[in-house]
Amino acid sequence: MTTTTPSSVGSGLDRVEGLDKVTGRARYAFEYSPRDLAYAVPVQAAVARGEIRAVDVDAVLKYPGVIAAIWYGNAPRLASDDGGELAVLQSPRVAYRGQYIGVVVAETLQDAREAAGLVRVEYAAERHDVELRADHPGLYRPEVVNPDFPADVEQGDPDAALAAAPIVVDAVYSTPAEHNNPMEPHATVAAWDGDGLTLHDSNQGASAVRDTVAALFGMPPANVRVISPHVGGGFGSKGLPHPHVVLAALAAKQVGRPVKLAVTRQQMFAVTGYRTPTIQRVRLGADAGGRLTAIVHEAFEQSSTIKEFAEQTTVPTRMMYAAPDRRTTHRLVRLDVPTPSWMRAPGETPGMFALESAMDELAIACRLDPVELRIRNEPETDPESGLPFSSRNLVACLREGARRFGWAGRDPAPGVRRRGRLLVGTGVAASTYPVYRRPSRASVRAEPDGRFTVRIAAADIGTGARTVLTQIAADALRAPVDRVRVEIGDSALPTASLAGGSMGTASWGTAVVRACEALLEELDRRGGDLPAGGVEADADTSEEIRGQRRFARHAFGAQFAEVGVDVDTGETRALRLLGVFAAGRIVNPKTARSQFVGGMTMGLSMALLEESVMDREFGDYLNHDLAQYHVAACADVRDIEALWVEEDDPHLNPMGSKGIGEIGIVGTAAAIANAVHHATGVRIRDLPIRLDKLVR
Amino acid sequence: MNGEADTTRWDASTPVTVDLRLSVNRDEYPITVDTRETLLDTLRERLDLTGAKKGCDHGQCGACTVLVDGRRVKSCLTLTVTLDDREITTVEGLADGDAPHPLQTAFVDHDAFQCGYCTPGQLCSAVGMLAEAAAGWPSVVTPDMSAAPRLDDDEIRERMSGNLCRCGAYVNIVAAIGEVAR
Repeated sequence: MTTTTPSSVGSGLDRVEGLDKVTGRARYAFEYSPRDLAYAVPVQAAVARGEIRAVDVDAVLKYPGVIAAIWYGNAPRLASDDGGELAVLQSPRVAYRGQYIGVVVAETLQDAREAAGLVRVEYAAERHDVELRADHPGLYRPEVVNPDFPADVEQGDPDAALAAAPIVVDAVYSTPAEHNNPMEPHATVAAWDGDGLTLHDSNQGASAVRDTVAALFGMPPANVRVISPHVGGGFGSKGLPHPHVVLAALAAKQVGRPVKLAVTRQQMFAVTGYRTPTIQRVRLGADAGGRLTAIVHEAFEQSSTIKEFAEQTTVPTRMMYAAPDRRTTHRLVRLDVPTPSWMRAPGETPGMFALESAMDELAIACRLDPVELRIRNEPETDPESGLPFSSRNLVACLREGARRFGWAGRDPAPGVRRRGRLLVGTGVAASTYPVYRRPSRASVRAEPDGRFTVRIAAADIGTGARTVLTQIAADALRAPVDRVRVEIGDSALPTASLAGGSMGTASWGTAVVRACEALLEELDRRGGDLPAGGVEADADTSEEIRGQRRFARHAFGAQFAEVGVDVDTGETRALRLLGVFAAGRIVNPKTARSQFVGGMTMGLSMALLEESVMDREFGDYLNHDLAQYHVAACADVRDIEALWVEEDDPHLNPMGSKGIGEIGIVGTAAAIANAVHHATGVRIRDLPIRLDKLVR
Repeated sequence: MNGEADTTRWDASTPVTVDLRLSVNRDEYPITVDTRETLLDTLRERLDLTGAKKGCDHGQCGACTVLVDGRRVKSCLTLTVTLDDREITTVEGLADGDAPHPLQTAFVDHDAFQCGYCTPGQLCSAVGMLAEAAAGWPSVVTPDMSAAPRLDDDEIRERMSGNLCRCGAYVNIVAAIGEVAR
């Protein structure tokens, strides 16, 4: 007789930590309070460039409750100091306004906050330069763009092809600086015990934080433990440790007590990364039938003076559409600005806004339907590498989306549809995101009571990682999900890759499956004889991932938008958004839909609201709070639907899955901007789509 | 108030403290608070009730929403010293013993959260909002100010717009609240 356990992968299992999150039991980093703790409140630079001459520490120490005031002049020295973003309090130099230059530690939060506000700092201020311009004399070509792509790629002779093309689109697009703004501000609770350091920290990968912090303090990684069971969102901003982690550890070391430090929402606009503003010139050459002959996409971006972060803005253009002659470039300028970093789909998000807007302009120039234009330019193989796609179902997404959205028979004429006070229009754009997988380790133990415990230092930042790993393990063990417990969010667990690059499920899932397979083999070998302590097996996927066949692996999608623009005020509302995605096998349709819809919601927010405004006079982001930096609220989001097409791709991982955390934001802004053009006849090439850009 | 503020040794930098009795989730907490202390910090740092979240500390995100005498307030903008003898309910107090509040169940069923950090505020806000609607309070989108408001999706979206969710769970939040409201 054979028994079968129904497959859990593919079922819409509720989040396994759902009840903890709705009852308030789920604890986030700052909610751990070791005994004898003190509170640390950072001090930020009040100039954008210069040097700190002096800090009046004695005056601060006179305030009630203050334990220490630490700055460059009295801070412990770090073991490794590359002068970069994490060399906190290691230099008197100020690289950007808002940089952490000191910290006050006190008995209570109130005492620390009050005293931090009274710290007097003497600066030698210097002239700052904080303005990104496409003609900035400091622009240069970075060696690579994030994470390791060549800055420039050229194939054929794009200039000659453009000169010869009967139809040319040549336009400049720009996207503003945008801030990740996860709901949980970054926070670290640091406690030293001899030469051991424990951090309760909000991050996207405990293993990576452990390794980085250990190196900074000159310790073996085993001396650092990073605990992060619940993380209140990250969207890339918690992927790498930021200065507050180092500051908390330094402060705790200096005062000899555990220290709690939370970055304030305002401080997050300076010290926890953001999406670089971009200026992008796109030139498309096509024949009369809309077949692309040339693609040129050039991006101009910024980074800080202390770290080179070069976003891969034009990289998606290298594989999206067929065209024999092409060039994609990146130029970077180092300014006296906060350090940009990852924000949900770095590169793809701003880059595809420009490319997919330009494709819409090309469709109009060719008098072609924009869905049809994209189908006509579908490449056979990856245009850059020549590699076959492991699977590519963009056309299926476009066709299914068009059918569901009611695209057929769309009148392309702009500015002619009225519905009450609204001008109404529809738009489409393509989405894409690469499929990555990184080495990870995992262990699984068969417990004597018939349950299984899976251990991996994965992170659940809201993605549903804990839930899908439970499902993946259950299937690999041929056990029901209620017999599987997954432990994540702790660097003491087997080392795992980041929750970033939409690669969590693929990377961790592979390790979990291999560990489960090893355990079943071991159990088989023992013939059902389970010792009192249980049996454990583990796996390391380094070799498997190194040995995988070369393919162009990408997820794809098509996004459709219907917008209404108020004829008098220019206020734009997204009336309807539909996304159809091809992302391999969907592990959990419930949490997957939330990921897609969540990405599209952030894309809507990017299209219509988000913009960090640089204050040229003072050199910081002016609108640094949630009253002035607008993110979509409940009333901004009406009808968003996400669907997927079946995709069976055997070249991915044991689950057959592609990452889905980021693709949802890619293309949304272009679909909305294209719909705004259809509604009004006004082409917005500069995000966000504000009222003043539409009222003329 | 049990004790008046002791201001005899007051100067600009000396904290002023007040003794009072806080009632949270039907438990009594005699406590001495710094007059600068917000309810949010008292709950999280003093009473170990960490369900209410600090998302902005400026009343702009709603993650800290709790109920005071049944009405939703931003606990980061409420000084604890003002709450003597008031009944405070946090997300930890929504369940009826072991039975979750219907909104808590609906949030799980509809996957109305991802990271979960805005969730306690969304839930407390939803409880307060349902009571406001039941009491006949109109919102800016209520078509007829004289009739009892009907909680359709537009009403729910409008009334829940003080609670930001960066994961973008709004569609599911509206569905979850709608199921309980209707």
